[in-house]
Amino acid sequence: MYSEKVMEHFANPRNVGEIEDANAVGTVGNAKCGDIMKMYMKIEDGVIKDVKFKTFGCGAAIATSSMATELVKGKTIEEALELTNKAVIEALDGLPPAKIHCSVLAEDAIKAAIVDYYKRQGLEPPAGLCSGDCDACAHGHDHVME
Amino acid sequence: MVYFDNAATTRVKEEVLEAMLPVFTDNFGNASSTYTTPGQRARKALSDARRTVAAALNAEEREIFFTGGGSESDNWAIKGYALKNKSKGNHIITTAVEHHAVLHTCEFLEKHGFEVTYLPVDEEGAVSAEQVRAAIRPDTLLVSVMFANNEIGTINPIAEIGAVCREKGVAFHTDAVQAVGAVPIDVKAMNIDMLSASGHKFHGPKGIGVLYIKKGLRLDNLIHGGAQENGRRAGTENIPGAVGLAKALSIAVETMEEKTAKLTAMRDKIIDTILAEVPYVRLNGPRENRLPNNVSICFRYIEGESLLLSLDMKGFVVSSGSACTSGSLDPSHVLLAIGLPHEIAHGSMRVSLSGENTMEEVDAFLAELPPIVRRLREMSPLFEGVEK
Repeated sequence: MYSEKVMEHFANPRNVGEIEDANAVGTVGNAKCGDIMKMYMKIEDGVIKDVKFKTFGCGAAIATSSMATELVKGKTIEEALELTNKAVIEALDGLPPAKIHCSVLAEDAIKAAIVDYYKRQGLEPPAGLCSGDCDACAHGHDHVME
Repeated sequence: MVYFDNAATTRVKEEVLEAMLPVFTDNFGNASSTYTTPGQRARKALSDARRTVAAALNAEEREIFFTGGGSESDNWAIKGYALKNKSKGNHIITTAVEHHAVLHTCEFLEKHGFEVTYLPVDEEGAVSAEQVRAAIRPDTLLVSVMFANNEIGTINPIAEIGAVCREKGVAFHTDAVQAVGAVPIDVKAMNIDMLSASGHKFHGPKGIGVLYIKKGLRLDNLIHGGAQENGRRAGTENIPGAVGLAKALSIAVETMEEKTAKLTAMRDKIIDTILAEVPYVRLNGPRENRLPNNVSICFRYIEGESLLLSLDMKGFVVSSGSACTSGSLDPSHVLLAIGLPHEIAHGSMRVSLSGENTMEEVDAFLAELPPIVRRLREMSPLFEGVEK
């Protein structure tokens, strides 16, 4: 049911772990729903120098976390904020319909970490950014669901 | 590949396939036809199969009806009995942990004016005869309690529940899909009025099931049409299926004692080893009164589907009751009914053995499992700080 790319990222996830001196940490999802993603970032001069994740969840949750970290690593904050769940899905050669929410979670996790960064810097995060603390299994944000 | 998902379905045994093949090619006649040779042979094959099934359950040949599978049997028993006997009352009693073939059938009847009590289960997944007794009302017409649970292996006190139903004059149906061929069943001694079984759960073919209906019990038909199955279940008989089911059941019953010993040894080794070697786990279902082939374990801090996929990559096929494998947002209704919080229920793994599995396979599985659990936990934010 999963693409080879998903299985490959599940079997060998990139960027797993924690960053001790992270200056941006975001957590989305909740255990009740069966998936939690936690993103750690080291941001310097507006660039995501390093990113790592920890995920509790299904194969798709782990693979989308892995792919999302790959897609934002080395990018500027502005570039990372443009990451969409659709881009994660495409990079993984597709996801089964029931697993689209995992890609949404991955997008949200990246954004939640960046919101945390803004807060730590004493800055106002860009309007409309999800901080990840919306306590719903099926997110109501305006994401691409296909 | 090591196949540990025998509660989902089983491999058809060679002897079963051999018994079926001539019915496809040589004795292919329609049992309803009057011409002699092919029709007669088909009729004889069907009646031999029926007699074999009856003997395995201590029923009579005329009490055995072939259906399209376990789900049809459950549907027929519950809808057929409720609709035919609604003048006696409109209350049905079942349990919270039934298979969806029973639960969704009951929900359908609720939409049509019946009232259904879903009995809660204890923390091991069982209901008691006393619970059933307390729930029976003057307008109760049917009790449906599964013989053994498909997810966590709990065996219910069916004979005691049957006795209560008999005493109260309420019909008793049991979904025995996981139990037939696995544990001894005597429909007379256990006071069972209707019993559902499915061929592919005991190395028979798919697409064939059985409903035992005690003689004298009146049910509406579910499948209308021709006069097959003594006028109670229309449709040209699936004779290869019936022959295969009967052959598989007779093997299962003949070998039950040695198979139970072997399965129990493998089951207990898996349970004991995991409980001893992997921290933060729980066994779902009881140690005693448990199907000999069932292991159900929850691993905290990880999610079942990722465990299942990791095992699959190592060549072991198991299943999980996590939401991600059920196609819904909620984990298994059975795991929730025994009181598990969602986050623990999501981390479930079911191993279901068959007599074809070996202790070598069990040992290989037990060597691969702990590092997989460890790896997934190291990846899990829920596990952070747990071992510090």
